[in-house]
Amino acid sequence: MPVLEQNDTQIWRRRTTGQSLVRWFGWLLGVAVFVYCWQFISESTTWFFVWDAPRIANDIWTRATPPKWDYITQLGRPIWDTLNIATLGTIIALCMAVPVAFLAARNTTPSTLFIRPIALLIIVSTRSINSLIWALLLIAIIGPGVFAGVIAIAIRSIGFCAKLLYEAIEEIDHTQVEAITATGASRWQVMAYGIVPQILPAFAGIAVFRWDINIRESTVLGLVGAGGIGLQLSASLNVLAWPQVSLILIVILVAVLISEWVSAKVRGAII
Amino acid sequence: MLRLQKLTKTYKTGDQALKAIDLEVPKGQVLALIGPSGAGKSTMIRCINRLVEPTSGGVLLDDVDLTKLGSGALRKARREMGMIFQEYALVERLTVMENVLSGRLGYVGFWRSFLRRYPQSDVDEAFRLLDRVGLLHMADKRADELSGGQRQRVGICRALIQNPKLLLVDEPTASLDPKTSRQIMRLITELCQERGLAAIINIHDVALAQMFVPRVVGLRFGEIVYDGLPTGLTPEKLTEIYGEEDWEATIEKVDEDEDVEAAE
Repeated sequence: MPVLEQNDTQIWRRRTTGQSLVRWFGWLLGVAVFVYCWQFISESTTWFFVWDAPRIANDIWTRATPPKWDYITQLGRPIWDTLNIATLGTIIALCMAVPVAFLAARNTTPSTLFIRPIALLIIVSTRSINSLIWALLLIAIIGPGVFAGVIAIAIRSIGFCAKLLYEAIEEIDHTQVEAITATGASRWQVMAYGIVPQILPAFAGIAVFRWDINIRESTVLGLVGAGGIGLQLSASLNVLAWPQVSLILIVILVAVLISEWVSAKVRGAII
Repeated sequence: MLRLQKLTKTYKTGDQALKAIDLEVPKGQVLALIGPSGAGKSTMIRCINRLVEPTSGGVLLDDVDLTKLGSGALRKARREMGMIFQEYALVERLTVMENVLSGRLGYVGFWRSFLRRYPQSDVDEAFRLLDRVGLLHMADKRADELSGGQRQRVGICRALIQNPKLLLVDEPTASLDPKTSRQIMRLITELCQERGLAAIINIHDVALAQMFVPRVVGLRFGEIVYDGLPTGLTPEKLTEIYGEEDWEATIEKVDEDEDVEAAE
């Protein structure tokens, strides 16, 4: 914060002259890099296809409308599968996430040195791989179908649920735990009385939130053969049956809207 | 009944919270522990039931040294010591009844407590205690619906249902308004008399302590600097305990959030 003296008045400027110059030069460099990159991308783009894009999009739109409504009779089962993949996957994930979260939370872990890093590793590794990739791996291991989808969703969700849950555990009011400990309660009783009631709202919130996300994720699992409505979507795309594709997209949209509405209601009821 | 022998607590940071405290509390005696913030009052109370592990020294409850107990024996010993907290420390999302019954956790097994199947004698005692503190009609309310004074009474019930010999009371009135503070102090001292309980009451408010207890112990920088009758607390003694500049600490803090009517 430079202050200049000029004719007995103190003039304040945000930056010194040197700082201003550095910033100006930084901007110049940024713009130059942008222009260079733009040129690079432009050279490797087939501009004909880009100029053509509106026409093609319009073409697909006319082919896809109106949706083939009577195809809906074949979509009931796949969308039901999708819902089941999401729900079962979430339940399995929660069952695994709870112990992981207790092992990862600083205030409940049995050992900060050995067990906590392992729990954190589980959280990071399951979170960092997309469910589509998990599904591809699992299809190779246990074969295609709904079961692979369920497990893919479950593994992918463990890290997410465990991370949010262990953060909730770390934020509990410690005096309540102290009070229960002071009554002579055992370790498990302290957990059941001192900790669980405090994290229950967070747990319910995380569960419906993840379920909501999993419905979206499970709609695409079929693309790689892991069951659900994505199977129908990829089949329709392969034969260029655009009216079927548009109907499937509508069904997915409705399913997601319903799941969002349910999770909003549940969260509203808890908080 | 309770004897502290050279009880010392040094925190990892190197702060010496307690410096070789020697104190004896006979059966049925209620004493107030006063002293400025950071004098080690809370630490001392927590070292007795080992919520804080003492660094060295002994805590003898009926000639059993609590500092040498294993975890199972420590749990049994903790049942003998009821604890009451400044911010009540009720489990907010459980009902009043569940909170009171949680005082029996040291006596019932995990599944019984988990399924809330407490022995009928415990439930009877819980109702009796709630009736005694005037909260029988609140038994089914959730703890976070109660006012400060009501919560503290639930906290008292939870401590008493343990059927303890000793009450450890950590600033029971610091979050309460003056009137409720008096009611709570009166209730604690009355209940101690009824049941012949000893109590260590950690308290900021010197005037309140003088009003209700027969013995005052003054703590400063982890050392006992006064031990005697409340009438012996002359201004000079208070200066010795709190220091000249800390006089503000003895002035009653009024918590405006608390509602006097609600505590009735």
